[in-house]
Amino acid sequence: MKGFSKMAYPYIVWMVIMIILPMLMIVFYAFSKSGNDVLTFQFTFQNFVRFFEDSVFPNVLWRSLKMAVATTVICIALGYPCGYIIAKLKGNNQAIMILLITLPMWINMLVRTYAWRGLLGYVELSSEARVYVGMVYNFLPFMILEIYTALSKIDPALLVAARDLGANDFQAFLKVTLPLSLSGVVSGITLVFLPAVSSFFIPKLLGGGQYVLIGNLIEDYFITSGDWNFGSAISFIMAIIILISMYVTRKLDRTAKEDEI
Amino acid sequence: MEKKTKLHEKIYLILILFFFYLPIFYVVFFSFNSSKSLTRFTGFSLQWYEKMFSNRTIIEAIGYTVACAVIATIVSTIVGTITAIGLSKSNRIVREMVSQVNNLPMLNPDIVTAIGFMLFFTSLRIQTGFTTMVLAHIAFCIPYVMLSIMPKLRSLDPNIAEAALDLGCTPIQALWKVIIPQIKEGIIAGALVAFTMSFDDFVISLFTTGPGVNNISIYVYSSVKRINPTINALSALIVYVITIVLIIINVVPMIKERRGKRNEQIS
Repeated sequence: MKGFSKMAYPYIVWMVIMIILPMLMIVFYAFSKSGNDVLTFQFTFQNFVRFFEDSVFPNVLWRSLKMAVATTVICIALGYPCGYIIAKLKGNNQAIMILLITLPMWINMLVRTYAWRGLLGYVELSSEARVYVGMVYNFLPFMILEIYTALSKIDPALLVAARDLGANDFQAFLKVTLPLSLSGVVSGITLVFLPAVSSFFIPKLLGGGQYVLIGNLIEDYFITSGDWNFGSAISFIMAIIILISMYVTRKLDRTAKEDEI
Repeated sequence: MEKKTKLHEKIYLILILFFFYLPIFYVVFFSFNSSKSLTRFTGFSLQWYEKMFSNRTIIEAIGYTVACAVIATIVSTIVGTITAIGLSKSNRIVREMVSQVNNLPMLNPDIVTAIGFMLFFTSLRIQTGFTTMVLAHIAFCIPYVMLSIMPKLRSLDPNIAEAALDLGCTPIQALWKVIIPQIKEGIIAGALVAFTMSFDDFVISLFTTGPGVNNISIYVYSSVKRINPTINALSALIVYVITIVLIIINVVPMIKERRGKRNEQIS
C-alpha cells in the first residue's frame, strides 16, 4: 500500500513547475528592471517606488479596495436575509430556490455582465453605479449560497432551547442563529471580496472605460503597454493586500468562534 | 403576523430572482431584435443568429472553448485522481505541503495566477496559443478536482484495499476494482467542477492564449467595444444550451427514479 504514495510524485513535479515557478516569476519581475531577462537579472525597488510616488496608482488601489469592501457589505446586506428566508422554507422549496439561484451562475460571467449593458441603457447612472450593479450581480449568489449553507446546518433544537429558556425571537436570532452563521458570512466574504478587488472586466464592460480599478491597471500594463515589470509590481502589491485582508478576516472569524465558547 | 412576514419574505425572494434573471431574459429577448438597438425592440428577426453562425471567429471560439474544456477536464480528472490516491497513502508532511501549494491558485485572484502563467510561458520562449491555454487550464483545474476527491478518500476504510491485495489482487487491480469505485462520486463531481471552471474561464485564458486563438469569453470581451448584437445571439445560445443541459441533468434522475419505483411495484 505504501507504494501507492509514489503516484503523487509526478504531480509534485508538475506543481513546482506550473504553480510555484509562475508565482516566483511575478516576484522576480516585480523586483527587476524593465527589459530584464532571467539571465541578466538586476534587483531594484524602482517599480514599487514608481507605484507610490505618483498619486494616480495609490488612488486606483484605494478606489478598488473601497469598491470591493462596499460590494461585500452590499452582498451581505442583500444576501443574509435571502439565505435566511431560504433556510426557513420547506425542504423541497429550499432545493428549488437554491437551484434557481445557482442556475444563472452556470452562464458565463462575462456574458451575464454584458447582458446588463442594454438594460442599463434605460437609466441614467454614473459609471461607478453601473460597476456596482455588475459587481453585486456577479458576486451576490456566492454570498447567498455560503450564508444559506451555514444557516441550514444549524440544529433547530438550539432555537427551541433558546425560546424555552426565555429568549424572544429577536434574542434567539442574535444569540444563536447569527453567531452560528458567521462562518458562512466569512467564507462569503472571501468569495466576494477577492474577485471584486481584482475584477477588471466588470469596470471595463459597464464603466465604459472611464472607471479604472487595479485589475484594469494590471491588464493594461501586461497586454497594452507590455511593461511587465511594473505590472508584476502592481500584482504583487495587490496580492499582499489581499493576503493581509484574508488573514484579518480569518482571525476575526476565529475570535468570533472563541467568543461563542 | 406570521403570514404577513411570509408574504414580504416571498416578495423579497422574488425580487432577488428577478434581479438575477432580468438581464438573461433581456439578452435572449433582444437576440431576436430586427435592428441593432439594445434598448428599442423594432421587430422579430433571426438575422443575428444567422450572422453568428456564418461568423467564422465565433464558430472557432466555440470550438476552442469546448475543446479546451474537454481536454482540461479529462487530463485534470485523471491526474487529480491519481495524485489524490497517492497523497492519501503519503505521509502528512507531503500531504500538507501539496494542499498548501494547491491553495495558491484557488486563493489568489485569477489575474495574479494568469500573469504568473503568462510570464512563465514567455520566459521559457514558449509561443502562447491553444496549447499554453490548455496547460494553464489543466493547472488550475487539478486542485479543484483533488479538493472534491480528498474527502472521499479520507473516509475510506484502508483495510478493504489491503484485503484486496492479500486476496491476490495486483496493486493496479486493487486500485481499479476497489478504490476507484468507492470514490467515484468525488471523481464525477471533480470532473464537473473542472469542466465548468474551464468552460467559463476568461481571465486565465486571456493571458495565456496567443494570437488568433479566442474562447467565447475572450471573443465577447474583445467585441463589446462596438454595438454588436451577434453577441446577444451568442449569449442566448449559451443560455439555451445550459438550460437544456441542466434540465436533462435534473429531470433524467427524476424519471429514472419514477421508473425504478414503477418497476418495483410491478415486480
